[in-house]
Amino acid sequence: MTEPLPIVEMRDISIEFPGVKALDGVDFRLFQGEVHALMGENGAGKSTLIKALTGVYKIDGGSIIVAGQERQFHGTRDAQSAGVSTVYQEVNLVTNLSIGENVMLGHEIRGTFGVNWRATHAAATDALAKLGLEYLDTHKPLSTLSIAMQQLVAISRAMAVKAKVLILDEPTSSLDAAEVEGLFAVMRTLRDQGVAILFVSHFLDQIYAISDRLTILRNGRYEGEYLTRDLDRHALISKMIGKDLGALSSLGGNRRVEQRDYDAEAPLLAAKGLGRQGSIEPTDLDIHTGEVVGFAGLLGSGRTELARLLYGADRAGEGELTLHGKRVDLKNPADGLGKRIAFSTENRRDEGIVADLTVRENMILAIQAERGWARPIPRKEQDELVEKYITALNVRPADPNRLIKNLSGGNQQKVLLGRWLATKPELLILDEPTRGIDVGAKAEIQEAVAQLAEDGVSVVFISSELEEVVRLSERIVVLKDHQKIGEIVNGPGVTAQQIVDVIAAHGVAAAAESDIIDAEADVEPSNDPDTAHTPASAEEES
Amino acid sequence: MTIVQNPQAPQTGAADAESGFAKLMSRVKRVIASNPSVLPTVAAIVIFIGMVVYGEVAYGRIVQYNTLSNLFINNAHLIILAVAMTFVILTGGIDLSVGSVIALSSVAGVMLANAGWDPMVVIVLMILIGTAMGLASGILIQYFNVQPFIATLAMMFLGRGLAALLSTQPERLADDSPILWLGEQFKVIDGEKVNDVVITPGVIIALLVVLIAFFVLHRTRTGRTVYAIGGSESSSALMGLAVPRTKVLVYVISGTLSGVAAVVYTSRLGIAQNITGIGWELDAIAATVIGGTLLTGGYGYVLGSVVGALVLGLMNVLITRDGGIPPEMTTIITGGILLIFVLLQRAVTSKRRT
Repeated sequence: MTEPLPIVEMRDISIEFPGVKALDGVDFRLFQGEVHALMGENGAGKSTLIKALTGVYKIDGGSIIVAGQERQFHGTRDAQSAGVSTVYQEVNLVTNLSIGENVMLGHEIRGTFGVNWRATHAAATDALAKLGLEYLDTHKPLSTLSIAMQQLVAISRAMAVKAKVLILDEPTSSLDAAEVEGLFAVMRTLRDQGVAILFVSHFLDQIYAISDRLTILRNGRYEGEYLTRDLDRHALISKMIGKDLGALSSLGGNRRVEQRDYDAEAPLLAAKGLGRQGSIEPTDLDIHTGEVVGFAGLLGSGRTELARLLYGADRAGEGELTLHGKRVDLKNPADGLGKRIAFSTENRRDEGIVADLTVRENMILAIQAERGWARPIPRKEQDELVEKYITALNVRPADPNRLIKNLSGGNQQKVLLGRWLATKPELLILDEPTRGIDVGAKAEIQEAVAQLAEDGVSVVFISSELEEVVRLSERIVVLKDHQKIGEIVNGPGVTAQQIVDVIAAHGVAAAAESDIIDAEADVEPSNDPDTAHTPASAEEES
Repeated sequence: MTIVQNPQAPQTGAADAESGFAKLMSRVKRVIASNPSVLPTVAAIVIFIGMVVYGEVAYGRIVQYNTLSNLFINNAHLIILAVAMTFVILTGGIDLSVGSVIALSSVAGVMLANAGWDPMVVIVLMILIGTAMGLASGILIQYFNVQPFIATLAMMFLGRGLAALLSTQPERLADDSPILWLGEQFKVIDGEKVNDVVITPGVIIALLVVLIAFFVLHRTRTGRTVYAIGGSESSSALMGLAVPRTKVLVYVISGTLSGVAAVVYTSRLGIAQNITGIGWELDAIAATVIGGTLLTGGYGYVLGSVVGALVLGLMNVLITRDGGIPPEMTTIITGGILLIFVLLQRAVTSKRRT
């Protein structure tokens, strides 16, 4: 292969945070007209490397060469004007402005009388059209869009800037399969136009579907650069985690062999006609002690809304809720917490972590709130609690005094899980606990959920990954269009495909079609729902 | 963004054919449906109209040329301050120094004028004093990472202290000073008896400030960056917007406009004092909030702030007209109205969200 000059070359990059070496002598090359995947576990340094390239972090050692010139970017703006655009995992747009403005902010088309809004919105529509989103009304506020749609708008924005280097940091973590296909089509078009694309994703299937070349990082070190077609999945995962992964595939699965007698035991929590206008239709639902109930449905199907009612994050408008056979009215989260119900949000950054507090402070937040501020938790007890959950959940780095914002997404999620476990809940509601986190951390969280149920905690598990729901849940509640449309008692024969069929059978043909595409992607890696999702399928195929 | 201009029309269009009014209402409804964030501002306009109607019915002589002219003349400086505050609050910041900037700028201005300086130079210097104070706040906030509340509080004390250093006596402009021309009243329409449409150059300056501010906020990249910062500062930075520059700029704008307000106010009164403008920053914040700007930033319109300033001004007129309300009650009533507005906005916005 002839080796033209790379458009981006990073040599021997080192970055240190107080106490940790986030990157240690990492090399990275990116060529024009390729899709280059950056691989590694959470905390391996992928995000740090990207932030070094885009000028968010200052590098402590090494050099960055863009288009033949050594550069030191001071901030995103600098990087953008040199043609390096980034779409981050957490959508970085402003929800108070319109869709069109978000695409064009800073690049509005100007005429004699200042910004020409007609032309600007037209240009925004053009940029959106490249992703097949020309049907969006660019005048509507961005906040009217789902997170998935916002992500696509963010990508449109990067394209509107005419980037030479496009960095996509986990762009697909909140997209459904059809949207991912759309995105890939756009990525291929851009690649053929000579754009260099740096792509980060935790979905191995996506890596193999789209990338030409990949660089692997492990623990902040450079592990190697390979052509994607030369490296099979097993080898890739082994290089990422640095060990074999037989242990990961054995969890879950066996739980639902023993069938529960649902009529015999009284449910822990029972909802009758529970609903709230405009967010979820009246719903009946029982949750038993020590049971994992999965909520399956697409983004916006009402699964989060239902969960919020169960916790008291929103107050139910109608219907009743009984807990231990007694009627309860959850007016606010404190009520839910007082009744030993915990809710971990899907919106990790805005509603979950408190970025500027340490791991310790984040972890004791809920239990402290429960006890009341007048009774501070003694430092010794704090230390014990935090120590216990850091070890149990394998939080890395295992330093309770790190600021949580410096942890990777997966480890932040573990801290949040620890926060709620510390309150010793009887019912734990986990909304998308594994979104955007890597294979290893995902398996660890799944393992923790299975163990919790074993210990008698009831869990509501919400995930867009049907595979995962099927693997963990005893019962699966299927939601669509803000209502419960079915309930499946899980068993060895149940597959993700069945859930999809339930969703697809309910409603119009057009909607059903896109759901099926979604399902195929979800189901494809393995037909046996008893085995772990990605690691296992990787083994089978190798 | 022509959003907020329309709803003001009913004021003058009341006499128009009903079909025109219906058309307008449907247009307003459409705008609100597509962009719920204008609702608080629309509510402010509706309540302002309500106050006008109530005043007319209860006391009379509100909807007439001279009352409305005086409303603008007496509140021109507050309108300018409210515009200044809108810029700052839209980014999620606050500027507590505007009142004392006025004190410093007007005392310094009058003393220089009396010392025989050229009036044009004096006016420019008065404005530049504001600019300098704003620049200092902005630099403190952006580059020394001081909370806006604290930084501008410091500037507030500094400005007040400097004004007191200059003079603690009321400084009076010479009766023939050209600066007073800015406060001179010109008859535009000669009505019956004293019922005339009167305007001062100060009012024209205030209206120009409003128009320019509207243009900057809605038709320039800088203006849009102001809104974006209010939405999310970190996202704005990652989007490659000029966040540091814009953040400093809004305080510079606020300071500069405070200087302009000082010129307008001094030219009307002819007197400057080191205690002028105590609490005006709070009036400006109240006007801005009443006009529908969210204190957390990101949402609001400059025209709403103008309405907010007029609401406060009209309230004073109504209290005077009533005669039975002791003047001490004014602040309590201001607080009450502010509270009602905020609660109203809450009700309106929370309804929207479900």
